[in-house]
Amino acid sequence: MAYLVFDKIGITAIAAAVPKRVIDNKNYTHFMTNNEVELLVKMTGIAERRFADEKTCSSDLCIAAAENLFTECSVDKNEIDVLIFVSQTPDYRTPPTAMMIQNRLGLSEDIAAFDINLGCSGFVYGLSVAYCYASQANIRKVLLLNGETKSKAYSSKDKATSLLFGDGATATIIEKTDKVNKTYFTLHSDGSGYDLIIIPGGGYRTPSSIDTLKEKQYEDGSIRTDEQGAMNGPAVFNFAITKVPADIKDIIQKANIEWDDIDYFIPHQANRFITDHIAKKFKLPPSKVLYSIHKFGNTSSVSIPLTIVSELGDLLENHKYKVLLSGFGVGLSWGTVIADLNYCKVASIKEY
Amino acid sequence: MFEKVVSIISECLEKSSNEIQGSDEFRNYEEWDSLAYLSVIAAIDEQFGFVIPLEDFRECRTVMDLANYLEHHIIG
Repeated sequence: MAYLVFDKIGITAIAAAVPKRVIDNKNYTHFMTNNEVELLVKMTGIAERRFADEKTCSSDLCIAAAENLFTECSVDKNEIDVLIFVSQTPDYRTPPTAMMIQNRLGLSEDIAAFDINLGCSGFVYGLSVAYCYASQANIRKVLLLNGETKSKAYSSKDKATSLLFGDGATATIIEKTDKVNKTYFTLHSDGSGYDLIIIPGGGYRTPSSIDTLKEKQYEDGSIRTDEQGAMNGPAVFNFAITKVPADIKDIIQKANIEWDDIDYFIPHQANRFITDHIAKKFKLPPSKVLYSIHKFGNTSSVSIPLTIVSELGDLLENHKYKVLLSGFGVGLSWGTVIADLNYCKVASIKEY
Repeated sequence: MFEKVVSIISECLEKSSNEIQGSDEFRNYEEWDSLAYLSVIAAIDEQFGFVIPLEDFRECRTVMDLANYLEHHIIG
């Protein structure tokens, strides 16, 4: 099974960028009644989100975050040997985005750069890959970029998704460090739920056509094309409240750690109803659970590191925190990590 | 179990328990919506530590169906 343990490797610097444009969910759509919107805002906890303009891609947001990381956290970009870009909204279907970012950031040709196509579990997965590389003797710094412009992928006339997703990016440095102890990962996959969160058209199974671009109306009144995201909310909810708590219980046991040892539980910011329920299952006090969902919505793989930057901010530089991070979603894919965030450098959130 | 299910539905739907009968199809209640669905599944999980699979929940039409289902699937 995919259970990984690392020693003396950690996150040493982290930065985030979000688009300037603020979307107030209460005024976003006339497609739903005010009551429907209020109910959804209450349930999801998402009051505001950020939307990129039409020219801005995930790569642009990642570059803004990375440049802020280099400047404000004094990271020497010449020490970066690996660049990982995690996203489901790349610039092109091909080529991959990571190499363009390598070039635009002025990084050496001698680095490894590649994309990972994962959504809400993508920070935990990306981090696990970054740790693997960082554990190699010749690898100095790994730059993990998480970037999403999910606002471009969903219909504003879809009741299940139109108020959920936001845009943003983070840049995280992973390297060898004596400041941290062991880090633990558990990773899981279940492709039987591949269609619970899906953009069915525009890939190679169902190529883009006039039909995939047609708006279609569904049973609940929602309208979207086959090239926009669709989500089976109730099934995703059942998945999350079944698998995530079981995984957390398992990793805590494997790592031989108590909840009392953990300073913060930082779940993927999916929807407050889901994450509050999970926190309640473990009887966690509200002060132990970090949220930024009210400000940024569900930003997919960006949500965990964005919450770290947004909610812990400057505190990171002078403190030691043991955190439990949990990512879960599209795939289906889920994973948990228990890590030390000790004296981690942090940059202010860049508005792009 | 029946009383427990009535109390869960009453709480989640903010509906008086006097208005809930075993033969009622709970999806037909005026108060039934997506939040009610999530609340009922969450409340059952909280109380019994059991998440009802979606397809099984779909089969439960009435309040009594749900009570009977839980009776058979919850150990101890």
